[in-house]
Amino acid sequence: MAHIPDGVLSAPVLIGGAALAATGLALGLARLDERDIPKTAILAAVFFVVSLFAVPVGPSSVHLLLGGLIGIVLGVRAFPAIFVGLLLQAVLFGFGGLTSLGVDVVDMAAPGVIFAALARPILERAAPATAGAVAALVGAFSVAGTAAAMATALALSAADYLPSLKIVVLTQAPLALVEAVITGFVVAYLARVKPEALGRLPTAEAAS
Amino acid sequence: MSDAGFDAAIVTERPRIDRLDPRTRVLASFAVVVALVATRSPLVLAGALGVLVCAAAVSGHSARALLHRLAHVEGFLVVLLVLLPLTVPGPAIAALGPVAISEPGLVRAGTLFLRVNGAALAVFTLLGGLEPIRFGHALARLGLPEKLVHLLLFTARWVSEIGEEARRLHEALRARAFRPTTSRHGLRTLAHVAGRLVVAAIERAERVDEAMRCRAFAGRFALVDRNRFGAIDLVFAAGLTIGLTLLLATDRWT
Repeated sequence: MAHIPDGVLSAPVLIGGAALAATGLALGLARLDERDIPKTAILAAVFFVVSLFAVPVGPSSVHLLLGGLIGIVLGVRAFPAIFVGLLLQAVLFGFGGLTSLGVDVVDMAAPGVIFAALARPILERAAPATAGAVAALVGAFSVAGTAAAMATALALSAADYLPSLKIVVLTQAPLALVEAVITGFVVAYLARVKPEALGRLPTAEAAS
Repeated sequence: MSDAGFDAAIVTERPRIDRLDPRTRVLASFAVVVALVATRSPLVLAGALGVLVCAAAVSGHSARALLHRLAHVEGFLVVLLVLLPLTVPGPAIAALGPVAISEPGLVRAGTLFLRVNGAALAVFTLLGGLEPIRFGHALARLGLPEKLVHLLLFTARWVSEIGEEARRLHEALRARAFRPTTSRHGLRTLAHVAGRLVVAAIERAERVDEAMRCRAFAGRFALVDRNRFGAIDLVFAAGLTIGLTLLLATDRWT
């Protein structure tokens, strides 16, 4: 659902989205040491694969966005990782589009990066259960942020889209819940099994 | 968890279009999409969609692959397509009880449908089946930052491996009679699969990094690419330029 295809958004929104995405990419690439490339790429591949899982919600199912989890594990490097993932999805599967890539990258990456950065002090120190609970909030807020950013992009493009947006945003509510639970459990699991995955973030790395 | 997806990424051989330089394909798809976004008239868009359907068929895609690809696009559009005719103000052409279908809304929805499907078709025709490695090299030669290209090449390389790993874990779950449900147990199990994939990925990345260092990797790939911008590309680019100019000219002057 975070993939707005080509042809829906207006030109100013596309250009604005591309400019924001370029800024995020520049920040992310500046933080991306050559040594980090394999790790970032393999994690990008993991998120690519996991976002193809269909998680059951009652009779239907949803695909995870994982924006919060990506932000938690990769920090601002989420921008290049998500850019690469979305570009491959657009070309290989036809999800999303080329001109809307900038907007899609910002929608997906920015909320996760921001909420994860806010939660970082707790995630790095707290006990696994607490870290999981905080991560669940990051996951839910990131989905809400992605939905809000998408809605903004669509609303700025054409006022005609407004009535549809309410429905689109409401359909994200179950996803936010599922995403919260999954992100929480994944982070609690990582805190126990591979704490470096949470502690080895740009700030912690600079300190060590 | 579905098994779909991993196999959909298979690289398809398409002799006709593979003769083009991948750079031409990338730039051409971008040009077509931009031209479609700039086109306003639904009639012109319908014509363009017709041409694109023919082009997709000629380029070597099966009708099944085409429909499959377009079905994804419709998933996003369905809410907009249903609601636009009902919510855009204007003279009603039909009424179903309390709701009226407005003419401008119907036109808006039709235009949107044609434009989005046309763009999806163009990307599919020109880039579908393109090997990620060739795609990455083309992007590098078009000036995308090197780190980003490395990231893309690595990611494309590992998507199938991680997919394999996910499938193994999925098999292990099935062997233990796990059925995904919306319950605490179900979601936690899926989360642990995702977490296990992250841990395995980090460990794999450490091994890969060490292996690359052993082989004197200094942070740069030699991007070897034998694709050349040749006569075919020139003819194709010229034809496309004429076609897109015609498209935009008809759109503006009719």
